[in-house]
Amino acid sequence: MNLRRRYLRDRVMQGLVYLGTLAVLLPLFFILYYVFVQGIGALDLAFFTRPPAPPGEGGGGMLPAIVGSLVVDLIALALAAVFGVAAGVLLAEYPDHPLNPFLHLVSDVMAGLPAILMGLVAFVLVVKPMGHFSGLSGAVALALIMVPIITRATEGVLKLIPWEITEAGLALGLPRWRVILSLVLPAARGGILTGLMLALARGAGEAAPLLFTAFGNPFLTLNPLEPMDTLPLKLYVYAISPYEDWHRQAWGAALLLAAAIMVANYLARRATRS
Amino acid sequence: MPGWLYRRLGDRLFSALVVGLALGVVLAALAIVWVLYQGGREALHTFGFLGFLTGSRWDAVRGEFGAWPPLLGTLLTSAAALFLAFFPALSAALFVVEFAPRALKGAVAYLIDLLAALPSVVYGLWGIFVLVPLVRERVELPLFTWAAAHAPGLLAFLGPPTGIGMLSAILVLALMIVPYASALARDALALVPQSQREAMYALGATRWEVIRRVVIPYARAGIFSGVVLALARALGETMAVTMLIGNSVNLPYTLFGPAATMASLIANEFTEAEDDLHLSALIAVGFVLLLIALATNLVAAWVLRRMSLGEGRK
Repeated sequence: MNLRRRYLRDRVMQGLVYLGTLAVLLPLFFILYYVFVQGIGALDLAFFTRPPAPPGEGGGGMLPAIVGSLVVDLIALALAAVFGVAAGVLLAEYPDHPLNPFLHLVSDVMAGLPAILMGLVAFVLVVKPMGHFSGLSGAVALALIMVPIITRATEGVLKLIPWEITEAGLALGLPRWRVILSLVLPAARGGILTGLMLALARGAGEAAPLLFTAFGNPFLTLNPLEPMDTLPLKLYVYAISPYEDWHRQAWGAALLLAAAIMVANYLARRATRS
Repeated sequence: MPGWLYRRLGDRLFSALVVGLALGVVLAALAIVWVLYQGGREALHTFGFLGFLTGSRWDAVRGEFGAWPPLLGTLLTSAAALFLAFFPALSAALFVVEFAPRALKGAVAYLIDLLAALPSVVYGLWGIFVLVPLVRERVELPLFTWAAAHAPGLLAFLGPPTGIGMLSAILVLALMIVPYASALARDALALVPQSQREAMYALGATRWEVIRRVVIPYARAGIFSGVVLALARALGETMAVTMLIGNSVNLPYTLFGPAATMASLIANEFTEAEDDLHLSALIAVGFVLLLIALATNLVAAWVLRRMSLGEGRK
């Protein structure tokens, strides 16, 4: 009897675990299904090639937001890569440096800070002195989000590189900096690229820190000193608007964004494996 | 002596460059704290730090700013979302590590990580057009009509059944933080040595007893830090919450009715803030949010570090 109760409890708990897992996966499928079904119809040629149209006219597109996303995200990635990779190199290759405990703490804690706070910081540090919103300030906000991701990824992969490679280089008479630049970093290229991809995927989906930095701009511009639109920003504005055709385009933007981020994540995973 | 230059100066220059850039990262982190404190100082001075925290009116027209309504909104939504997310997240981790057939493990783990990769605005969009109507028709209206007929005392607690409000925000928030709790729990469960499980099976335990008595206790530090990290995410989550919560800072909050969190308040009002005090009050709200997020992240980092120290010792 007692044994039967134990078996029964085993079964019940197994059922609950399965149920709990389904409770997570079903909404995910639900979301992906809706984004795909609603979004696919909005992705026509005009979506990629035309500036937005006033509500009701139809036929508008997302060109400024797509271009703006590319510009802002790439500037942010370039900024974050320089600082993040350097910090990762310091942590992994100069393990005794007195700055490292602080750097560890900073990269651990910064990654968990709310993204909107980075927007506030970029507003105070860049928008206010410049006197107006700009794509550049948005890139600074996104870079603050990306840096800890890149630092941790770089440190992690550099620590996986066998110490013998460094020793071999030093034994050949190479100075330290040549060893790091020509032996260690190339060996770690795949892992560092993974970190950059993950950081880009994370930054590309953020709208909160851009609300009062990049701000949005209905006109196509390549100048990062002007306000710029990005896909997540436009998606937000369109989603809370009352217009049917804007809603349709918001779903299109969601599909494009989700697809781009899934591809980036997939590439990042593949780079790690090889 | 170019060789000397190449060796000595090269190393100096390179390490100076690396240290300088890394110092930039540390300074950027300090700048976050400093900038938010400076930006919010005017509001914090006007109302006093405690007065600002406990002030229960947020009224831009009268220039009266108390952070208690958004603070309460953040704490309520985060706690409720964490409560909803905990068991599914743990279940999903247990499923991947203990129950799933080999072929399913990777796929389920990937899908759960995908939840973390989807942008917040996509959750918000789905929430507005799919979840909100569903919650309104299937949950809020039936409950509301039932309460109106049988327990009118509950009505003040439930609030208007419009779909846009705290309940929808909590549901989406719970879904969004599952992967953070689940991923760390999964890693911790996978680190439990197989010999521990086998010893328990040898004593005649069922699978659930092995999980309950050995696997979960062994992995509890990882599970706990996952929960704390999920909480940190919930506290700062902005876009999806802003799109679903209805953005009202008027107390009292109700379950179905509109509310606001610190992050949603900043997102919603910052570009419309007219005078300096309003702007400063919003940055001060950001400063409070920063303090809370710092505290939760430090706890998680501390637990994780202790966990990895423990691993090193055995």
